[in-house]
Amino acid sequence: MSFTRRTFVGGALATPFIASLPRAARAAGSVLRVIPHADLKNIDPIWTTAYITRNHGYLVFDTLFAMDETLTPRPQMVDTWTVSDDRLTWTFTLRDGLAWHDGPPVTAEDCVASLKRWGKRDGMGQKLMQYTASLEAKDAKTFVLKLEKPFGLVLDAIGKISSNVPFMMPKRLAETDPFQQIPEVIGSGPFRFVKEEWVPGSKVVYAKNEKYVPRKEPASAAAGGKIAKVDRVEWLYIPDPTTAMNALISGEVDYYEQVPGDLAPLVAQSPGITVEVLDPLGSQGMLRFNHLLKPFDKAEIRRAVIAAVDQEKFLQAGVGNPDFYKKCESYFPCGSPLESDAGLDMVRPGGIERAKKMLADAGYDGTKVVLMQPSDIPITSAFSLVAAETMRAIGMPVEVQAMDWSTITSRRAKKDPVDQGGWNVFHTWWIGGDLVNPIAAVGLSGGGDKAWFGWPNDAKIEELRDKFAFSSSAEEQKALGREIQKRAIEIGTHANVGTFFVPCGYRENVKGLIKSPVQFFWNVSV
Amino acid sequence: MWMFIGRRALATIPVMLVVAFVVFMILRLSPGDPATVIAGDYASSADIERIRAQLGLNEPIAVQFFTWIGRLVRGDLGISIFSNLPVTQLIGQRLEPTMLLTLTTVVFSVLIAVPMGAIAAWKAGSWIDRSVMVFAVLGFSIPVFVLGYFLVYGFSMQLKWLPVQGFRSPADGLWPFVRHITLPTLTLSAFYIALVARITRASVLEVLEEDYIRTARAKGQVESRVLLVHALRNAAVPIVTVIGLGIAVLIGGVVVTESVYNIPGLGRLVVDAILKRDYPIIQGLILFFSFLYILLNLLIDIVYTLIDPRIRY
Repeated sequence: MSFTRRTFVGGALATPFIASLPRAARAAGSVLRVIPHADLKNIDPIWTTAYITRNHGYLVFDTLFAMDETLTPRPQMVDTWTVSDDRLTWTFTLRDGLAWHDGPPVTAEDCVASLKRWGKRDGMGQKLMQYTASLEAKDAKTFVLKLEKPFGLVLDAIGKISSNVPFMMPKRLAETDPFQQIPEVIGSGPFRFVKEEWVPGSKVVYAKNEKYVPRKEPASAAAGGKIAKVDRVEWLYIPDPTTAMNALISGEVDYYEQVPGDLAPLVAQSPGITVEVLDPLGSQGMLRFNHLLKPFDKAEIRRAVIAAVDQEKFLQAGVGNPDFYKKCESYFPCGSPLESDAGLDMVRPGGIERAKKMLADAGYDGTKVVLMQPSDIPITSAFSLVAAETMRAIGMPVEVQAMDWSTITSRRAKKDPVDQGGWNVFHTWWIGGDLVNPIAAVGLSGGGDKAWFGWPNDAKIEELRDKFAFSSSAEEQKALGREIQKRAIEIGTHANVGTFFVPCGYRENVKGLIKSPVQFFWNVSV
Repeated sequence: MWMFIGRRALATIPVMLVVAFVVFMILRLSPGDPATVIAGDYASSADIERIRAQLGLNEPIAVQFFTWIGRLVRGDLGISIFSNLPVTQLIGQRLEPTMLLTLTTVVFSVLIAVPMGAIAAWKAGSWIDRSVMVFAVLGFSIPVFVLGYFLVYGFSMQLKWLPVQGFRSPADGLWPFVRHITLPTLTLSAFYIALVARITRASVLEVLEEDYIRTARAKGQVESRVLLVHALRNAAVPIVTVIGLGIAVLIGGVVVTESVYNIPGLGRLVVDAILKRDYPIIQGLILFFSFLYILLNLLIDIVYTLIDPRIRY
């Protein structure tokens, strides 16, 4: 066979077009086009704590209870529930009309399996399961939770708003090992996941669940009626912020979940576009110490750094636009029930001079501080630079080591000395919804080896957290919250570097957005 | 020719094995651990170890390597750690945008650059030649994302002629495809045209000094035929080489353009995978790119024989 130029060129040019065979047209309907804050890389919200997967979970799954705008747990899938006088037996009955996307009704056994799976991964879930004697289905719609001790946060736990949310799944999926992903996404939520149109890194599609039966109450944060007012929700992940902004301005998308602070004024000036903060609690920046290694193995030295932190400087560097940050010294989010000023007198009024004195009084010996800087996350990268300058200003030599976040997640798990791959400090942040109580706020744990990275070891704070877990009155919880915050500052679990808010941007055709720490897409019309 | 192709095909195997070994070792020796990324912020050390065990990351390196090679031999590039989708499926999803963007850029660039470079060489020293050189310098100098933003600002935001972002498959309609591919093609083509035009100019300039060109003119050939048939064809080998190298870069290295225009291509896939330490995707993609580059080099060598009858294998 002769190999002619004509054969070669013709074949080469034809190949891509041959591969692109015409596709069937999609049915018309209302579509909400969203630019999400991250790419949906995995679809199991129990397997990962990633916020984007949590948001995905809220579209396709449902929860037994859910937090309303006052952060009070309200029934969602549950119709009625009873608690025994000794608060050890909780009986839940599901409401009518709940069904999985593939048809079968939601049963109590599904809920039991889902709670057990969630309880193996989530911090609050683990706490609940620690005191659970049994969790069993009584009949098709009723299940019973029997406790060994009267855990006071049952509804707060199973109605928690942020990762890991206790989403309900069919039993066959909920029996998946919690350290492996579920093989498919079948929920009972207001939307269905359209897997065949999922392009990881680019596009996710959700179609309205026509058979979903919403509650009758109005929507309030994660609670209330979840009415799907659009036929499709399309997530178009656009990694470049300028392109995302332009797509919103030009009308190619309807909603931009997190508009960078420096672009927000440009977006807000565009006709027909609103820029708004929907999360009333905001997010809190954290400077986390490694309590195992010098110099931060001493609480006095940790407190000295906390005293040196000037939130205004951190927020200016990390956020920039003062419309989108505020100083909030409370370790629990400002605006949340546990907000307080307890313990702040130990570190405020702060400042460089006071911190220098505290450092000297603590007997600081000049040990170098290794700070891990996440080079691929702008806000915490900026925080890191301010933290380095702050510590240098009070007399601590600091080595900033820039690395990507994936490397940090690997390295922060190491307890080795710094010269063997360990670390002294790093920055991260949490949404307010993750910090509303001391059980959910993992940074407040004093469990030593079992605590969150940094490993504070303090029996007293653990005792207080346990008391909180068994408290049942708001007043008692408020008082315990004050004691826990005071103790956290005393032992220097971490430094709070301030609160920031990330606005969203949306076009004038978008109605019904819900104010909440987590973005929801029910109740939204275009 | 078929013997040559056969020999090159056989030579692919040891090359791919070396690439497989190198990429595997680089990943395992680099900092970062997918288990800690998967485990998330609430994970304990025990959780991380459990995930490492499930991913097989606690096995000896040699065991991990040969397990992977065993799957490769069966054509299995593995499953993404994060999305739980086959790596072949993920590559397949991204292949069309990448290949079509590469094709449109190469075709557009070659159609512009080769005549531009040939004319510049023909009119060496004239204002035409200088204009082409100025354009070439600009094409090399302007960062891709700057040019991209300018084009979007002009054609999308102000004139509203073309979309800001996205990719549409030809299967969804030829016109939407053309509209969405136009600006990314123009953006990428600037550098490519500059490169090919300069190489073409240099190569044609050299050929125009040859005796056979003087002979052709002496025999009364019109200048256009001298240029296009005699000069350009003899200057084509280095031009084809550069075009081939450019295709290789376009396939795997245009992550900036893909980000600016939100094109779900292979460049973004590999960068995202690296940031997440999704080992199966990184390993699978690097091997895929290596295979493509080997194939591309073979095709270039075959093209040489088509344009220069003196070259035979």
